[in-house]
Amino acid sequence: MTEMLYARDAYGEALIELGEKNKAIVALDADLSASTRTGRFSRKFPQRFFNFGVAEQNMMGAAAGLASCGKTAFVSTFAIFGSGRAWDQVRNTICYNKLNVKIVVTHAGITVGPDGASHQGIEDIALMRAIPNMTIVVPCDAPETKEAVLACAEYQGPVYIRLGRPKVATVAKKDRFKIGQARILREGKDLTIIACGMLVKQGLDAAEVLEKEGLSVRVVNMHTIRPLDKQAIIECARLTKRIVTCEEHLASGGLGSAVAEILGENIPTPMAMIGIRGRFGQSGTPEELIKEYHLSTDDIVEACKKLL
Amino acid sequence: MAHSREQIKKLEEKARQIRRLIIKMLAKAGSGHPGGSLSSADIVSCLYFSVLQHNPKEPKWPQRDRFHLSKGHCCPLWYAVLAESGYFPEEKLWTLRTLGSILQGHPDWRTPGVGVASGSLGQGLSVALGMALAARLDKASYRVYCLLGDGEIQEGQVWEAAMACAHFRCHNLCAILDYNGYQIDGKVKDVMNVEPVVEKWRAFGWYTISIDGHNMGQILEAFDEAETVKDRPTIIIAETIKGKGVSFMENVVDFHGRAPTQEEAKKALEELK
Repeated sequence: MTEMLYARDAYGEALIELGEKNKAIVALDADLSASTRTGRFSRKFPQRFFNFGVAEQNMMGAAAGLASCGKTAFVSTFAIFGSGRAWDQVRNTICYNKLNVKIVVTHAGITVGPDGASHQGIEDIALMRAIPNMTIVVPCDAPETKEAVLACAEYQGPVYIRLGRPKVATVAKKDRFKIGQARILREGKDLTIIACGMLVKQGLDAAEVLEKEGLSVRVVNMHTIRPLDKQAIIECARLTKRIVTCEEHLASGGLGSAVAEILGENIPTPMAMIGIRGRFGQSGTPEELIKEYHLSTDDIVEACKKLL
Repeated sequence: MAHSREQIKKLEEKARQIRRLIIKMLAKAGSGHPGGSLSSADIVSCLYFSVLQHNPKEPKWPQRDRFHLSKGHCCPLWYAVLAESGYFPEEKLWTLRTLGSILQGHPDWRTPGVGVASGSLGQGLSVALGMALAARLDKASYRVYCLLGDGEIQEGQVWEAAMACAHFRCHNLCAILDYNGYQIDGKVKDVMNVEPVVEKWRAFGWYTISIDGHNMGQILEAFDEAETVKDRPTIIIAETIKGKGVSFMENVVDFHGRAPTQEEAKKALEELK
């Protein structure tokens, strides 16, 4: 039985661990501290927690101010608000100044579920990828979330960490997490699936299905969208000649686009992209929405077969 | 605290020199924002040459008082006081707005003494709030000053920040509103009326002080008074004249964002002698 955990819980734990070690760690939230799990930090370190109410733009600016005075500011809200509502603040005040602000968003993608389109951040990677100086990390499960949060706290500069709402299956990994270094989860020679976030598990499941049909599929967990592991992508293209990207995000502007840019410039390779195609989300259960928006294991299997 | 006539005179003289630098800099650059730089020249000169605890030899001195220019387009004024304070040589002023210059068209964090960039209006008070909260966490005694424009307070984020500064009782934070009454498209009251200004800030929980923003004695006293407030943030609402100090620029909206020509600069410098 696969272990199912909330990535958000891992964030909450990591934040407390950081807070215990380092007095410069502060946390900010905009009235969502129970959902984002900064609430646990707020109870443990009330002096170092600031709730800004429903005012994300001000929160981003204040995080910048705190960071300019030597604090490592962890800012949390939902993906839709952290990326969209406060985009100009993230661009002009946090990234332009290269300030040590870690934006850790939760409830990314359509698996937010019943709340519907207004709360489903499906374009946030694209928005963050457009800003110079921003590092973007999309962990695939709870343990990787903890590793990523700890690593990003060590890194000097702005970071966007993207987490989902539902529990996610823990994926087996051998190597240590390193910002900007892809994790090869499975070797194969016919095709590579490059995935991020919760779709890494689906990618692995798809590889299993394809194996039974006699196909050998490599699976790469591309947890860092920027800086992107260019070497790993080129290596995948050389080894398997075909690439399928998978993300719970718009098919344009996110991981798929980033991989296509590398391939197009360096080693043109046939590829397919699993992602949401130019439409908003809607209410439904995460499982229903994954199917409706063609992000399921079956969809990945089908895309791989088409490419072969 | 009463301020001596001598001190006031000295600061007035500084402000006059700063205005001259602003005119020269903008005429050389050929673009930029003279109107608001001139309207807040007395306030910012008073801050840098009397109020702020700072060290131009050590721009990042952790205990320094912070100044953040939220109305970033008025950076010619900021650059002038920074150069005059000794953060960088005066010659640098003549590189304003040119490729590779440390003096960008809007404040850049790499400029010695700037610290945090600004330019996209409405964001500075939030940054100042973060600095004030950091001071509290570190039990540091530095104060944070933030200059806002009157057109700028039309931005919603300013009021998010206003609410939060009062909520967190940031008495170490002092905002200054350069209330010159004009913005790019015309008079503030015609474009988007911000009145009643004093009542708005009071309603948001601030201590307000209203002054004539060109009266150096009043400016000094306002900063003194702000320091005595221990339970909430203070805003100094400074009534000013856009383009102050140059007769043909005063209350002329065109000079919000147009640099003087060489001819105009010559005339302006005559007046500022």
